[in-house]
Amino acid sequence: MSEAVIEYIGGPLLRARTEGPFGLYESVAIGEERLLGEVVRLDGDHITVQVYEDTTGLAPGRRLAGTGRPLSIPLGPGVLGGMYDGLLRPLDGFDSPFIPRGSFRERDQAYRFTPSVAVGERLSPGAVLGAAEREGAMDQQVLLPPDVDGEVVEIAPAGEYREAEVICRIENARGERREVAARQDWPVRIARPLARRLPVDEPLITGQRVIDSLFPVGLGGKAAVPGGFGTGKTVLLETLARWCSADVIIYVGCGERGNELTGMLEEFPGLVDPRSGRSLMERTVIIANTSNMPVAAREASIYTAVTLAEYYRDQGLHVALMADSTSRWAEALREISGRLGELPGEAGYPAYLSSRLADFYERAAKGETLAGKVGSVTVMGTVSPPAGDFSEPVTSHTKRYVRSFWALDARRAQARMYPAINPLQSYAEETSRLAAWWQARGNSDWPRLRRATLELLEEQTRLERMARIIGKDALPFGQQMRLLAAELLNDAFLRQSAFSENDRYASPERQTVMLRLLIRFADLAQQAVARGVTPAEITGLRIYRRLQRMGEDLPPDDLAAYQALGEDMERELQALAEEVTA
Amino acid sequence: MSHGITSLRSRIYLEGAAERLEGPLLFLKRLAEVTLNEAVYVEDASGRQRLGRIASIDEAHMTVEVLEATMGLNLEEIRLNLTGRPLEFGVGPGLLGRIFNGVGEVIDGGPPVAARRQLAIGGLPVNPVQRETPRDFIETGVSTVDIMNSLVRGQKLPLFSGGGLPHDRLAADIAVNARLRQSDEDFAIVFVGIGLPYDSAEYFRHRLEESGALERTVLFLNLASDSSTQRLLTPRYALTAAEYLAFEEGMHVLVIITDMTNYCEALREVSSSLGEIPSRKGYPGYMYSDLATLYERAGRVHGRAGTLTQLPILTMPADDIGHPIPDLTGYITEGQIVLDRELDRQGLYPPVKVLPSLSRLMKDGTGGDYTHPDHPALANQLYAAYARAQQARLLASVVGDDGLAEEDRQFLAFARRFEHDYVAQAERRSLEASMALGWELLRELPRTALNRLSDAQIAQYIDGEGG
Repeated sequence: MSEAVIEYIGGPLLRARTEGPFGLYESVAIGEERLLGEVVRLDGDHITVQVYEDTTGLAPGRRLAGTGRPLSIPLGPGVLGGMYDGLLRPLDGFDSPFIPRGSFRERDQAYRFTPSVAVGERLSPGAVLGAAEREGAMDQQVLLPPDVDGEVVEIAPAGEYREAEVICRIENARGERREVAARQDWPVRIARPLARRLPVDEPLITGQRVIDSLFPVGLGGKAAVPGGFGTGKTVLLETLARWCSADVIIYVGCGERGNELTGMLEEFPGLVDPRSGRSLMERTVIIANTSNMPVAAREASIYTAVTLAEYYRDQGLHVALMADSTSRWAEALREISGRLGELPGEAGYPAYLSSRLADFYERAAKGETLAGKVGSVTVMGTVSPPAGDFSEPVTSHTKRYVRSFWALDARRAQARMYPAINPLQSYAEETSRLAAWWQARGNSDWPRLRRATLELLEEQTRLERMARIIGKDALPFGQQMRLLAAELLNDAFLRQSAFSENDRYASPERQTVMLRLLIRFADLAQQAVARGVTPAEITGLRIYRRLQRMGEDLPPDDLAAYQALGEDMERELQALAEEVTA
Repeated sequence: MSHGITSLRSRIYLEGAAERLEGPLLFLKRLAEVTLNEAVYVEDASGRQRLGRIASIDEAHMTVEVLEATMGLNLEEIRLNLTGRPLEFGVGPGLLGRIFNGVGEVIDGGPPVAARRQLAIGGLPVNPVQRETPRDFIETGVSTVDIMNSLVRGQKLPLFSGGGLPHDRLAADIAVNARLRQSDEDFAIVFVGIGLPYDSAEYFRHRLEESGALERTVLFLNLASDSSTQRLLTPRYALTAAEYLAFEEGMHVLVIITDMTNYCEALREVSSSLGEIPSRKGYPGYMYSDLATLYERAGRVHGRAGTLTQLPILTMPADDIGHPIPDLTGYITEGQIVLDRELDRQGLYPPVKVLPSLSRLMKDGTGGDYTHPDHPALANQLYAAYARAQQARLLASVVGDDGLAEEDRQFLAFARRFEHDYVAQAERRSLEASMALGWELLRELPRTALNRLSDAQIAQYIDGEGG
């Protein structure tokens, strides 16, 4: 392989004089410690390399060696359930509490292989070779790499293997033999192929009412969560990671806080996936590049994550990818671009920010895999706009590529109204395609309920504006009641406590009955007011407080309790109206 | 002019290599093998040594950040003394009760600290796998912090202040009053002044000495008159000391840093002398990553008894919370406490503006295991009620108090009491006293407005059966 001599180092970048050919995006090993780097620019006999570790202690004159391959990550059955850095290098197994340089080791986990093909069988690319089981991870499969096909000449019998061990030999039509192990490298900047893409026509169920009922994200869709600091982006994303209906969760902490990732790592093994009954950690991969870890690895980490997501998708699984935060990733891009001396664009970001964001979000998909199964990658990314200003470049470019936009609002967060998703600034574009799914779940009037909810919330803003001018008491009773009904909707439906055992997850069925109750309450209260009841009499009813607290007070699966609540509501309001007319 | 390399007592001396001196930055020819971030001494003709570090290198040149005043240095006479090691700080249990300048030199007139270990001041990133989530409570004695924005061991919780607000007093109060609920554990304060005016530095020294808190404190004082390159290192020396006390000596260390704005200004100054491309408002593009290397040194580590908690203080330029310094800080730290000019003008101390304040880790340090089972609900309800009262206030500013509904008037009264009796406090309040006062305030609100409390909590604390 080619070698080069370092001439200059500045932060995460270095420049070197080459002594042979290098390719763009080729990965290199630097110095005696063999630090990992990637060629990002070719210029005559010089290359510029971004280094994925701290460059302290490197000096001009040291050598680096090319590997002849683009920057790749080792996929395999050993990944699930662990925590890795931005290049999928395991973070466990160190003695020191700190991350020393150049001391990462290669992952080579043991797993149990059960073949499902036989010698002589002809396989197409991406075909299933067998099942892989491992303690501490959900069951997976071993696939043929997407660029290998042919006839099986040898297949390992069922048994314990290490990931790097060859388990299959295959010969293609031209007579070339390939050895296949469970651990397979794939370049992070290249999307893994699908047989064909499928339309996004069912929602990813998150258990969060404001998302599922109002602003759903499709399975294979993409969503952005913008919000200033303290608006609850990370808590929301972690809540989604906990409860959403995906088979596999990939959580990338990209330039964020170390404590938060540790929190997940401590908490997830103890949580039980409500569907499989197994530990949540068994279906989770955490990719950690905290804000104080090398900035170049932060840039690579979201490609690593999406490549890994595609690897599970190719096994016919539904994957949810959470990236927190894409702004930190964009800043890493900006920092590196600045050091490369590139012409800065808007707010100092490089001009290619938009196309890089597109590269990332466009890898979200639902599709038929090469092996003929259906899998998906749903991407959810947080955006941290400076000073909470959504007109900044990362937010505005992200908006062009996502289909669901969950705008977090500082005012809601300050009143501890979590999740602080502002219903008037948020949107979801795929709702018409998802109506059929809700209908199949017994909610044929989902589009109507959703519209009625949004209308009520919009009216609230209008009435509040009016009340600020003339005073709330000067509004007619009818409008005062609309305001109260909207407040109730905010309090009882949009607000959802992540810390209450009853409230933290709401099934689609429960969301439906809750929303029906509240919309029905708005109508009934309106009718009662029309008959002469005052709004204060209605809020004084016991049912009002019971509705306010139903999410936290009623057990999650007891739909009959909601039924009873609805009956009480009808009765109490009816009685009140009769009292007044009598 | 002659130049050459001589080796003396295993150190390498470099002469005649200096080419340019600009403020604190010294540009030299690279005549010897050096590495990035290596510590050096810049020596003048009189033999006086100034500490510095290698800030950048290429094949032919290198740049040294000189950490002391460069006035009077002469390019011809400069000798550079290469140590071959990064900047280090000698730490030992004798740190407690001592006062240091911004580069870790004793300035209290006492003998040097007996160093048990030499630690590189840059630190290394803590492996997230080796971390433990911050847990358990630190009582600051301030109700709005303890009840509503609790400080958790291992957390980093900054104080956003503004010019002229009493953050110095609050910092000193917390340094003096802070305690663990179980008083028998080891508790220490590392107090770090960055770019302090002389009188502030004296104030802190005096408060700590007078209260007797200095015994459990390590004090670092970098004065406004010290060189700006020094400011970049002061928090690193201090955090190295804090890490040692926390992770080697097993102490619970609270690091109070004031004022981070001076740190960021120094960062901008040095970056611009280095000719780097500026980002927002002239601050370098890597300011987020650089601040993270300080703030992320808070935490807890597997298998070590101690914890490192940070309470950095910064003054928001022009009271603008969107300014890059508070903005980037807020994105790294786990919440923020915001001080308010309006409350201060009313003479309320401490003027904590609770609505934009937040402690993200509150759930990990409050509740039955650490403080009281009903603490989280109380905090939640106080927040909701005060937010609601602000709406009523907005309404009242347009239609007048008389135009308000009865319930809104009740909320207005609540807000007034909340600010005067709860936010404002003359002396430290224990957690129990803060909680009792909180319930008392809520009793003045209509029951229907207490939707963050369970029926049982209302019965116990509001209707007073057991409160």
